[in-house]
Amino acid sequence: MTATTGATGPAAAATGAVETSARHDRNRDRKRSGRRKGAFLARRLGFYLVAGWSAITLNFVIPRLMPGDPSAAIIDQLERVSGQALPPATLVSIQGLFGNPDDSLFEQYIAYLGQLARFDLGLSIVNFPVPVAELVAAGLPWTLLLVGTTTVLSFILGTALGVAAGWRAGSRFDAILTPLTTFLSSVPYFWVALLALWLFGFLWGWFPLSGGYDPNLVIAFEPAFIGSVLQYGILPAATIVFSAFGGWMLGMRNMTVTTVREDYVLLAQAKGLSPARVRWRYAARNAMLPQFTGFAMALGGVVGGALLTEIVFSYPGIGYLLFSALQKRDYPVMQGVFLLVTLTVLLANLIADSVYVWLDPRVREEK
Amino acid sequence: MTTTALTARNDAARPVGSDTVLDVDGLCVEYAGAGEPVRACTDVTFALRRGEILGIVGESGSGKSTLITALTRLQRPPAVTTAGRVLFHPQDGEEPVDLVRLTPRKLRALRWTSLSIVLQSAMDALNPVMRLGAQFVDALREHDRSMSHTAAWEEARRLLGLVGISADRARSYPHELSGGMRQRATIALALACRPELVVMDEPTTAVDVVMQRQILAQVLRLRREFGFAVVFVTHDLSLLLELADRIAVMYAGRIVELASATDVYRTPMHPYTRGLRDSFPPLHAPVTRLEGIPGSPPDLRALPSGCPFADRCPAVMERCRTELPLLEPHGGRSVACHLHDEGIRP
Ligand SMILES: Nc1ncnc2c1ncn2[C@@H]1O[C@H](COP(=O)(O)OP(=O)(O)O)[C@@H](O)[C@H]1O
Ligand code: SF4
Ligand SMILES: [Mg+2]
Repeated sequence: MTATTGATGPAAAATGAVETSARHDRNRDRKRSGRRKGAFLARRLGFYLVAGWSAITLNFVIPRLMPGDPSAAIIDQLERVSGQALPPATLVSIQGLFGNPDDSLFEQYIAYLGQLARFDLGLSIVNFPVPVAELVAAGLPWTLLLVGTTTVLSFILGTALGVAAGWRAGSRFDAILTPLTTFLSSVPYFWVALLALWLFGFLWGWFPLSGGYDPNLVIAFEPAFIGSVLQYGILPAATIVFSAFGGWMLGMRNMTVTTVREDYVLLAQAKGLSPARVRWRYAARNAMLPQFTGFAMALGGVVGGALLTEIVFSYPGIGYLLFSALQKRDYPVMQGVFLLVTLTVLLANLIADSVYVWLDPRVREEK
Repeated sequence: MTTTALTARNDAARPVGSDTVLDVDGLCVEYAGAGEPVRACTDVTFALRRGEILGIVGESGSGKSTLITALTRLQRPPAVTTAGRVLFHPQDGEEPVDLVRLTPRKLRALRWTSLSIVLQSAMDALNPVMRLGAQFVDALREHDRSMSHTAAWEEARRLLGLVGISADRARSYPHELSGGMRQRATIALALACRPELVVMDEPTTAVDVVMQRQILAQVLRLRREFGFAVVFVTHDLSLLLELADRIAVMYAGRIVELASATDVYRTPMHPYTRGLRDSFPPLHAPVTRLEGIPGSPPDLRALPSGCPFADRCPAVMERCRTELPLLEPHGGRSVACHLHDEGIRP
């Protein structure tokens, strides 16, 4: 807005001029802001739709680019494993996913999309004839539980510690915790996990060595089973939080150090607000914005599982499923997991973008 | 600046009360760090009457912001107040309190209700992720717990109206407002809890000249209406000549002259003040004289033992090199310059 008159006269005239032009601009501004927000989200949504479609299409193209006939190879292998001829429906499903040299590419593509729409990801070679979708569905809750919980926990813990350290940069708390965390987060996760397993699982026997629950129990929503899930989950969960919180903390600390110097934090103090309100509503709330992007990425990565964790602790999630599939060249499983991971990463990013618009009013302005 | 402006000020901007609201005495502020400390404020002494507008002028780096963050206890490390006191006299005749030594809790209660601040860049001073109104509401409700949420929002809209911002702008975010609007909003914000003293650090530097004049007019009008005192910091003397009742000129962390705006304009006593006055052209006179002040201010880590202005002073004398001139009273005004010592005439 610009002033419309060169108000050199008394204050009343100045106020009048400002008020008129303010009213003039007001409606236009509001409309423009609303439209910008909508346009921003529409653009992002368009981007993610294209990205998602590309991922699905790549999943279709890649097996067909492989030399030879991957479908035939898989069918061969399956027949060898099972020692019998495959039923015709299975043949169609495999050819839909990995290519059928008799059909045109277009026909194949349409058939492939149809299969995906029915969540048909083919059959596992190793666990023949279990459908891949079923294996994925069995692993997913475990991964979501373990990696989802620990991702959120690490984020909360790291962010809270980061605010505390950054708020009083150079204090004893900061001077001890920050270098320590820097050191700890540079220790490779693999070591942390193995050391924890050896120490608490093997040497002291506090926690079970592998698995997600006591195999003697029936999977059911009842106290004994839930207790066993917790008992099996704590050690892998602790190693993830241990290795992941440091990154959040250091990021949040540095952002807080910068934000605390901002004038709006100074003004909040000058207003006599309570220290907690100044710290959280003014400093942390702003310092957290870049942190949030990373958090959304991490959430998107949850489905992919903490590969190393699930391997070290033989945890029955998606990561372990992928690991076994890789070892045994179970291509349908590998492909199914990859597709799922790609799509969830995209979905998480879309959600992050949308929530970011809501968290930071300024983002709506950007091109 | 112009004689009309000066007359207008004298008629309209008479101090509301005559008793003192703020009494600054021997205030010293240093930036501690590796090596020699930066002595950004040295021995600053002045008193502010109720409803008075005191202008503080000086080049960039002369310690103006340091002074007012120390006054308001908003300074951050490495700044430390090494000496002096800042006595605040509450209106209701209570005992004065020393802001330098006040406990954080008592200080917090005093903030905004007695003492508020307007910062230079309104863009940076407003929380970018909070609606404008919400930034009024939290201050209002912090100091008046009985005020309802609805009443606080209503009050925020009313305050915005005081500076010519329409009420529905309260729902906007800072980036949705123009620079001038933001700056006026921070002035309205500073008045939210009816303070007796508002400190303003270059509040018009980030806006264009037209907006600058509107803001100054509004400050004068609001002061007339509410009677708060103002410490107004700027590097632009011409602006103070219209606005301020009295002007303190800062050089290298010290006040070198303190006089009424009229006296500063008509008869500057300190050579530095004269240089400042002469470095802008009079509006209604042909531009015949336009003198800057050659040279640059001394290093605050290694101040000379004599007058800090000596290297740039056109009237420098021998004793200026060795003897520090102190701020001495001189018929209702004060100046720190050997030219005005007993027996010496310029
Ligand atoms: N954080 C700091 N550390 C060290 N020196 C500082 C710091 N901030 C300001 N100074 C010094 O203090 C002096 C006064 O600065 P300031 O009060 O900002 O001046 P002004 O507001 O008049 O431009 C300057 O010389 C500057 O170099
Ligand atoms: S004391 Fe001397 S050097 Fe300093 S301003 Fe006065 S005349 Fe100039
Ligand atoms: Mg400054």
